Amino acid sequence: MPKVTGEFAYASDLFAAGMLWGHTVRSPYAHARILELDISQALAMPGVHAVLTHDDVPGAKSYGLEFADQPVLAIDRVRYFGEPVALVAAEHPEQARRAAEKVRVEYEPLEPVTDMERATEQPPIHDGSPTAGHGFREDPRPNVLRTIVIRHGDPDAQADVSVEGVYQLGIQDQAFLGPESGLAVPDGEGGVDVYVATQWLHVDRDQVAPCLGLEKEQVRIHLAGVGGAFGGREDLSMQIHGAMLALHTDRPVKIVYTREESFVGHVHRHPAKIWMEHRAARDGRLVNVRARILLDGGAYASSSAAVCSNAASFACGPYRVENALIEATCVYSNNPPCGAMRGFGSVQSCFAHESQMDRLAAALEIDPVELRLLNALEPGDTMPTGQVVTGSLPVAEVIRRAAELPLPEAEELPRDPIRLPGGAGNTTHGQGVKRGAGFAVGFKNVCYSEGFDDACSARIRLRVGPDERLGAEIRCAAAEVGQGVTGVILQVARTELGTDDVVVAPGSTDGVDSAGSASASRLTWMAAGAVRLVCRDALEELRSGGGREVDLERTYHHSRTFPLDPESGQVTGERVHVAYICAAMRVVAEVDVELGLSRVVWIGAAQDVGKAINPQAVHGQIEGGTAQGLGLALMEEIQTNDGLITNASFTDYLIPTTLDMPPIDAELVEVPQPDAPYGVKGVGEPPTVVSTAAIVSALRAASGRELARVPVGPEDLAGL
Amino acid sequence: MRIELTVNGERRETEVWEGESLLFALRERLGLPGSKNACEQGECGSCSVLLDGELVCACLVLAAQAEGHHVVTVEGLAGDGGLHPVQEAFTETGAVQCGFCTPGLIVATADLLERNPAPSDDEIREALSGNLCRCTGYAKIFDAVRLAAGTSDAK
Repeated sequence: MPKVTGEFAYASDLFAAGMLWGHTVRSPYAHARILELDISQALAMPGVHAVLTHDDVPGAKSYGLEFADQPVLAIDRVRYFGEPVALVAAEHPEQARRAAEKVRVEYEPLEPVTDMERATEQPPIHDGSPTAGHGFREDPRPNVLRTIVIRHGDPDAQADVSVEGVYQLGIQDQAFLGPESGLAVPDGEGGVDVYVATQWLHVDRDQVAPCLGLEKEQVRIHLAGVGGAFGGREDLSMQIHGAMLALHTDRPVKIVYTREESFVGHVHRHPAKIWMEHRAARDGRLVNVRARILLDGGAYASSSAAVCSNAASFACGPYRVENALIEATCVYSNNPPCGAMRGFGSVQSCFAHESQMDRLAAALEIDPVELRLLNALEPGDTMPTGQVVTGSLPVAEVIRRAAELPLPEAEELPRDPIRLPGGAGNTTHGQGVKRGAGFAVGFKNVCYSEGFDDACSARIRLRVGPDERLGAEIRCAAAEVGQGVTGVILQVARTELGTDDVVVAPGSTDGVDSAGSASASRLTWMAAGAVRLVCRDALEELRSGGGREVDLERTYHHSRTFPLDPESGQVTGERVHVAYICAAMRVVAEVDVELGLSRVVWIGAAQDVGKAINPQAVHGQIEGGTAQGLGLALMEEIQTNDGLITNASFTDYLIPTTLDMPPIDAELVEVPQPDAPYGVKGVGEPPTVVSTAAIVSALRAASGRELARVPVGPEDLAGL
Repeated sequence: MRIELTVNGERRETEVWEGESLLFALRERLGLPGSKNACEQGECGSCSVLLDGELVCACLVLAAQAEGHHVVTVEGLAGDGGLHPVQEAFTETGAVQCGFCTPGLIVATADLLERNPAPSDDEIREALSGNLCRCTGYAKIFDAVRLAAGTSDAK
């Protein structure tokens, strides 16, 4: 409700008496040595209270989500365009910006590593290998962040028919609307409170405190209103910087990124180049899938190692295949750092394997939907990692349900140009416009994988009121990023306790342990698990103890996962992933084959959701996730030139508008997940995984073009 | 410099720096952060307000240009009787996820329905194409507009 009245406080809306404005000085180079840093002129500017450099970082000089390879402020070298070099705090944001311009940095430009295919032959951008010693496969080539090889069955197995292709994806940006922002407030005792838009409060704290040279208890991270996330807020942005300025000036400091800064202020979706070969029997059965996946992780590791693992794990798609050889490498480069974005490695693989399935169907002259059904993975089958699929995974069912959705009726000409490719540009009255239908299936994991115990804690204060009615306050550090997890927590608590008198405390590291991140489609499952557990235990304790009030905290764990063997890529225990989620999509698109303009007419989806506890919110996730996949299919790409981003604005980086989005008919396929609370599964990612592939499939059908790279541009559709 | 303007029916005065946008003045000087700062270059519509009844991006208007004018922000839509029908409809239909685009979309929708009380889907599409939303894929925003317009059954 406060979101529709303008009263909901997002991170950029925060205010504190006496607050200063922080600003970040950033590198104009993708790769350079820092020869000299002079802050004296900036310090003398009006209204300026502090100018800080790496010398002022009180504790650890580097941090990172999984590997501490990223300097808080650049030390002697910058490795990507926009890397933070210095910080300014001033009375007015404009004073801070002007002072930032007066920070003198002398750079010696170095040759940037920008081609992911050449990166492993160029001088390393990091000293040593930041990701070595973590149990990954040894790969002595320079600039390798992680290499995975999965050998399954007989990787040389031959078959009647073989198709191969090379597929590429550009860099996609999360483009959440609320720019990175936060307010850091010194507590007067050497500690600091940071109010920030983030996806994972406790891991923010665990990265921030060591860099400030503080104990964890001295740093409290509080969730401010989050204006979208989609993976882009898993890593730190202003947290350490704001806290440094606040502690240095002993004043509250607010930092709000501009949109241009936001494009360099968070990690992006990995660009990829993927070679795949599918070998199949004449009847359509897959015999062998061979894949080489190359991902560009950019300058710092972020979650690239896990993205690489997902891209490899899901390379064959949700299909049964007895033999496979999958090699995936993620490299370091001087391109924009990449990390988590909705779909997390599966988006890239899905575009490749679904393009291949269409190609195979054509080679075998089998209907593409039939080919997919014939090979659909099901519980009991073995994944290329050796994990046997258990629980719910209704691949054939989502394929059938999506294929059964009625296609939209043909539209007559003449029509309003808004319903033609080119839209209001009025570029055609129907001449050259061809219609085609496409299909795709995709899947990925729910929760974290490879032995990472991603637990979720919840705390309850349950009391019996004077009227003998129960009332509760729930604390959970689950990040509400717009996906509705607060609603899930409330719904679960009210259901379990049988009372409407439940409030959810604001998210914070204070007073409760970690909830894990708002990512990997995990939070509905994990938060529901934690809240259900703590509610049931609190009720039990109240009943057996006979008291009037209990205060309990419980931690929920999902089934244990195990790492992959670094040599064989085979799982070293029962499972590498906790569970899987899948979706199928059917798309109708029109292409003006003369001008290369396109229009997505209609999208039909069937998604495996486990159990939909809030169907309206599930549909919202499907529609929104599909829109982001449409963006990647048709328009979204961060453009770089020698590592420099050239389109850091919504004028030049386009995301879908009301004019681009077709109606979406979505079917929810409910096969409850046996080991999940209420049978739920995550729902956020599958629509993004599958929609790019499905839309391009339709564009191929309409245009007759190969379309091996996304985003697909007019020149690709017109064959220029 | 000092400016005087009417915001949501109330006479307001504030000190501003000459380079400040109306958006900055509303958010940081007048205590009205409902209008959002998503791009601050007129591309996303998150800061949509009515300036003398005209739909504008507050980020593209200098605060000084608003001197003597009437501004209505999202905070000014709800009346004593409760939420504006467009606000009700956005809540009802699930058109709000992260909500950062919501204030701008609500002001733009209120403006659309003022001019065209029963818009067709194509008219909605065109009217709201200047308001970016990254979460919803717009489907539920269409539902909200139709609900507010009372055309939910039509299409």
